[in-house]
Amino acid sequence: MAEGGSALRAYRSLLGAQARAQASYRTSFVVDLVGNVGATVFDVVTVLVIFGVTRELGGFTLRETLVVVGLSSSGFATADLLVGNIERLPRYVRTGLFDAVLVRPLAALPQLLLMDVPLRKLSRAVFGLAVLLYALASAGIDWTPGRVALAVVVPPAAVVFFASVFVTTATVSFYWVDSGELANSVTYGGRDFTSYPITVYGGWFRALFAYGMGFAFVSYHPALALLGRADPLGLPPWVGWVSPGVALVAASVAALAWRVGIRHYRSTGS
Amino acid sequence: MSVIEMDGLRKEFTVRVRAGRLRREKRTVTAVDGVDLRVERGEMLGYIGPNGAGKSTTLKMLTGVLMPSAGVARVCGLRPVADRTRLALRIGVVFGQRSQLWWDLPLRDSFGLLRHVYRVPAGAHAARLARCRDLLDLDGFLDTPVRQLSLGQRMRGELTAALLHGPEVLFLDEPTIGLDVVSKQAVRGFLAELGRAGDITLVLTTHDLADIERLCRRLVVIDHGRVVHDGSIAELHRRYGSRRMVVAELDAALPEPPVLPGAPVQRVEADGRRLVFALESASVAEVVAALAGVATLRDISIVEPDIEAVVARLYERKGPLLTPGV
Repeated sequence: MAEGGSALRAYRSLLGAQARAQASYRTSFVVDLVGNVGATVFDVVTVLVIFGVTRELGGFTLRETLVVVGLSSSGFATADLLVGNIERLPRYVRTGLFDAVLVRPLAALPQLLLMDVPLRKLSRAVFGLAVLLYALASAGIDWTPGRVALAVVVPPAAVVFFASVFVTTATVSFYWVDSGELANSVTYGGRDFTSYPITVYGGWFRALFAYGMGFAFVSYHPALALLGRADPLGLPPWVGWVSPGVALVAASVAALAWRVGIRHYRSTGS
Repeated sequence: MSVIEMDGLRKEFTVRVRAGRLRREKRTVTAVDGVDLRVERGEMLGYIGPNGAGKSTTLKMLTGVLMPSAGVARVCGLRPVADRTRLALRIGVVFGQRSQLWWDLPLRDSFGLLRHVYRVPAGAHAARLARCRDLLDLDGFLDTPVRQLSLGQRMRGELTAALLHGPEVLFLDEPTIGLDVVSKQAVRGFLAELGRAGDITLVLTTHDLADIERLCRRLVVIDHGRVVHDGSIAELHRRYGSRRMVVAELDAALPEPPVLPGAPVQRVEADGRRLVFALESASVAEVVAALAGVATLRDISIVEPDIEAVVARLYERKGPLLTPGV
C-alpha cells in the first residue's frame, strides 16, 4: 500500500511538472487557453444554427438536443484534456520519450499522459461542462432520485468512454505509424456522431458507430433516460442506464489494446 | 553471480521492404545474433561496433525496453522486460540522443522530479546530488531550463539524473556523441572517477575509441550482431598485430636505415631524419641503445597503437572470419 501511495506521489509530481512547464510560456498559454474554447463553442453553435432552420432534429427539440450535445462535448473535451495527447504516440516513439519512459520505475501509459497533458484544453472541458449543466437545467427534466444518480454517473462514463477510444485508436500506431488519420476519423468522428440524436443518421453507418463501437451509449441513450423519452428506434428504456457498464467495457478493451500494443513494440523495436 | 548475464541473446526485426511498385516483402534482420556475455560487479565494459552492429539493441534488451527474440538476459538477477519497474530502480540509463530531463524546467526541477519517480529518500538524494554537482560542476546552470543548456551541460545533467537513485549498473549509450573536447574530457573524467570507487558496473557503447581507452579495461567488439572480440585493448592489439612504434628524430640522415633486431623500420620520413620502428620483440630501451650507437638522436617518442585502425581492420573483415574465440 505504501508502494502505491508513493507511486501516486510520483505521478502527481509529473503532472505538477507539466503544469509548471506550460506556465513557463505564460502568454502563449493564455492565448491557447482562450483559442481552445473555439472548437467546442463551434459544436454548440452548429446545433443552434441547425435549429434556426428547423424546429426539430431527428424528432428532438433544441432543449433536448442540447442535453445530447452537452454530454458529448463535456465528455469528449475532458477526455481530450486528460488522454487526448496519446495520439502523439508516434512522436513519443520517434523522439525517444517512449524509451525514456520505459526505463523508469512507473507504468508507461500514465507517465506519457501526465508528461504531456495539454492544459490549454482545460477551457474546452469547462465550456463543455457549462453547456451540459445549462442543458440539464433547462430541459425540463423530471428529477427523480434515479435520474439524479444517472446525471452524476453518465458524464464521467462519457469521459471514460472517449478516453478509451483515444487510447485504443492510438495503439494502432504501434503497428502502423501513419495511422493518425484513421484514429482521428474514429475519435473526432465519434464526437460528431454523439453530438446529435442518432436518429438523424441512417443505415449501416448508424449501426456501426452507435452499437458496433458503442457511441450510442455516450449521450443518446442516457439523454433519452434523463428526458424520460422512449427510444424512437425501439430499444427499451433501461438501455440508457447501461452506459457506465459500456464505459467499463471500453476501458478494458483499451487496457488490453495498450498491453498488446506495447508488447508488439517491444518485440519489433522503433 | 554476475551482474549482467546474457545467454544466446538474440533479436530479430521484421522489416518490410518495397519489392516492386506495390508489393512489399517481409524480411528478417538479425540485429543481435546470439550474444553470450558475463559482466561482473564493478567492471567497466566498453561495447563498440560499427553503426547497426547491434549495440543499442543489446542495451535496450538489457534495460527492459525491448524483448529478446531468443535467449536470456538477466541484470541484477532480474529479467529486464518482465521485471521492468523493479529493475528500473537498480539501473541508470543514459541514452546520448534521448533525454530523461524536462525540457522546459530548470535542471534542478528535473532532479527533484526524479527523486519522486524513483522514491529516493531526501537525504540520499541530497548527498548524491551534492557529489555530482561537485564532480560535474553543475552549479553554473542548475537553474537554467534544460532547453537552454548546451549539449555538454545537458549531458552532465543526464549523467546526474541517471545516478541520483544510486543504481548498481549504469548503461550509457553514446554518452560523448556530439560533445566538444572539453565536455568529453569532463564526462570521461567523471566516469573514470565513478569507476574507481568500484561499486558501480558500467556498460558503455561508443563510437569514440578514446572513451574506451580512457575508461574501459574490457572491450567487447560487436559486428553483425556477434561478439568478435572480448578482452583487453592490449589483447586486441596482440591479436590483430598492431604494435607500438618508436619514432626517432635524428640530427642528420643516415646513408642507410639501420637494421635493428626485433624492430623493423616501418617508415623513413623527413629525408631520412625521422625513422619509425615497429616494436616486435625488441624493447624501447634496446632500440634507443642501438640507435644511439649509430646516430645522434635529437628526440625519441613512442606511439601507442591506434585502436581505431585495428577496429577498422576488424570491421572490414566480414563473415566467417569473424567467428569469436579464434
